[in-house]
Amino acid sequence: MLSLSPLLIGIAAAVACALPGNFLLLRRQALIGDAISHVVLPGIVAGFLLTGMVATLPMMLGAAAAALVSVALIETIRRLGRIEPGAAMGVVFTAMFAAGVLLLEQSAASGVHLDVQHALYGNLESLIWLDGYGWGALADPAALSTLPPELLRMGAVLLCVLLFIAVLWRPLALATFDEGFARSMGLNTGLLGLALVAMAALSAVAAFDAVGSIIVIAMFICPPASARLMTDRLGRQVAWSVLFATFSAVLGYSLAGYGPIWLGFANAVSAAGMIATVSGLILGLAALFGPCRHRRSGAMSG
Amino acid sequence: MIWDALGLQLGYNATLVTLGAAMLGMGAGATGTYLYLGKRALVSDAISHATLPGVVLGFIAMVVMGGEGRFLPGLMLGAALSAGLGLLAVTWLTARTRLHEDAAIGAVLSVFFGFGVVLLTVVQVMDTGRQAGLETFLLGATAGMLRNEALTIALGGAVILLLVRLLHRPMILVAFDPEYAVGQGMRLRAVDLAMMGLALGITVTGLKVVGLVLIVALLIIPPVAARFWSERAEIVVIIAGLIGGAAGYFGAALSATAPDLPTGPLIVLSAFVLFVLSLLLAPGRGVLAAALRHMRFQRRVHLRQGLLALASGQPVYEPLTLRLLRRAGFLRPDGVATDAGHAMAARARLDERRWQTLRSDPQFEAAAARYDGLTPLEEVLTADQIAALDRGLGLAGLR
Repeated sequence: MLSLSPLLIGIAAAVACALPGNFLLLRRQALIGDAISHVVLPGIVAGFLLTGMVATLPMMLGAAAAALVSVALIETIRRLGRIEPGAAMGVVFTAMFAAGVLLLEQSAASGVHLDVQHALYGNLESLIWLDGYGWGALADPAALSTLPPELLRMGAVLLCVLLFIAVLWRPLALATFDEGFARSMGLNTGLLGLALVAMAALSAVAAFDAVGSIIVIAMFICPPASARLMTDRLGRQVAWSVLFATFSAVLGYSLAGYGPIWLGFANAVSAAGMIATVSGLILGLAALFGPCRHRRSGAMSG
Repeated sequence: MIWDALGLQLGYNATLVTLGAAMLGMGAGATGTYLYLGKRALVSDAISHATLPGVVLGFIAMVVMGGEGRFLPGLMLGAALSAGLGLLAVTWLTARTRLHEDAAIGAVLSVFFGFGVVLLTVVQVMDTGRQAGLETFLLGATAGMLRNEALTIALGGAVILLLVRLLHRPMILVAFDPEYAVGQGMRLRAVDLAMMGLALGITVTGLKVVGLVLIVALLIIPPVAARFWSERAEIVVIIAGLIGGAAGYFGAALSATAPDLPTGPLIVLSAFVLFVLSLLLAPGRGVLAAALRHMRFQRRVHLRQGLLALASGQPVYEPLTLRLLRRAGFLRPDGVATDAGHAMAARARLDERRWQTLRSDPQFEAAAARYDGLTPLEEVLTADQIAALDRGLGLAGLR
């Protein structure tokens, strides 16, 4: 029962990142998850430094502000310097991450627990539900109130992402596969793309806070990429990616927690790292045996 | 303190580290230029993150064999092996499956890094005494660096610079025009491999100083900044090398001034400052130069239109035009044209009429293409041609 809540948080984070990841992958914007998880660091640290505490709201606001700043910076640099978007992104996200690390190291002098390791690996293992002994606790309001707040937050974000994708399924699919056609149908594809990135940023920031940036980057790419090798249909691809994300989270978390003990070691290893590793293994298997792994001339249908 | 550091007055070791970082930065800037011009810059992000499992496995292997776990060349070897594996994985995923390169990069980057973190937590419980310090490979640290380590880094940077010098021609050709390069008898895969090999070398060399999360910045930012200063690839390579070297120098020197200033971020931020300066100040492509150009153009248009208005006796109301005309002495403060103004206006009208004749004459088709409403005709035609044109004007006037 102790593990139930970190496991659920892990699954929610993985699925919330994998869902928008599907569309980003098909739109060849797969590295946006990577960029987002780098640029939010200075915002999170600034939110922490300004309020002086490890509270969620200021950090989330800081992260959102940093994401906005980075988008503005990338656009400015791209326009002013006539630089290709990939390079502009590379310049901005490395510089902002460096600024975040520098801020973090300065704040480390004050002795509060907020370090680079935490930002990278997250603290999935520590999100346990201390009062959750036995299934009975699920019916006990007092015990329920001590659920880690990350669980509720991550669940809410997952719900948002699900709603977004369910409501905008057809326009998203149209704009992803044939932007010109979608525009001729009267869809505002620019706005749609922006909304998708905003949704991705929302899940990235929420997952970043709960489980660290490694899972974010891995879950944005690995489950959708594996799913892409399994099927030609968008609906099935999304379903596969959710399955893969859930499977990675469950297997990764269990392996990290119990694997070393089975092997005779005393301590667990990083759950975030293990989840990423498992998702990579799945991708490897899909790349070797997936039924649709090869490039084909036929277009994919929605 | 800062001046001491920049003047290399902080002791032998700090000096060595600073020079090593400068050397590394030069190699990285030059190497990154080929990746940037070939639009492969982000592949190095996958390479650098893929070093982590190798570093940790190298450490474990050396400890298991009873050696000193932090022996830098051993760690670098491990890093090179796993980064090479990561590069292979990116290439394989891109070539053999339907996934695009960006997805392959992201997948390799996150999975290798995640696995590296798993191994790091293994090391943490394995041997607490000697492992302290592996985390510095994430973000780089020069504090307490050994003399041999600094020398290794400087040497690595120098070797890579030399290789860049030797491989310049094939790499620049492949980056710009792969098809032409093949036509010249070059083996695309081999050159591509060499390019990636150099990026791998930079990553592995820079692990200790810049850290594996940020080393990619040293490969991306200097070339992008250098691109502002020149249109010629050879020059861009050199300028990128200089910018990278300066970033390494300043970053390492600054971080030597205080214990809690991490080296990697400072080097990257130095590079970013140089990038912003390039963006603003570079002649030609820089923002300031473009703004000046725009302003000059705007003034010429306003002045010309103002003179044409004067010539046809129309009043001028537009404030900028009025100001320009007054400043040039063509208009008195009360808005009446001066003699000089009348003369210039007449010239402008004559020029405009000549242009109109010229543009209606198919004989001057090539010259007519240069009409922009600003260029004086004297700059386009010879005096004889203008005289001929004037005869046409005169004839038209007679008719």
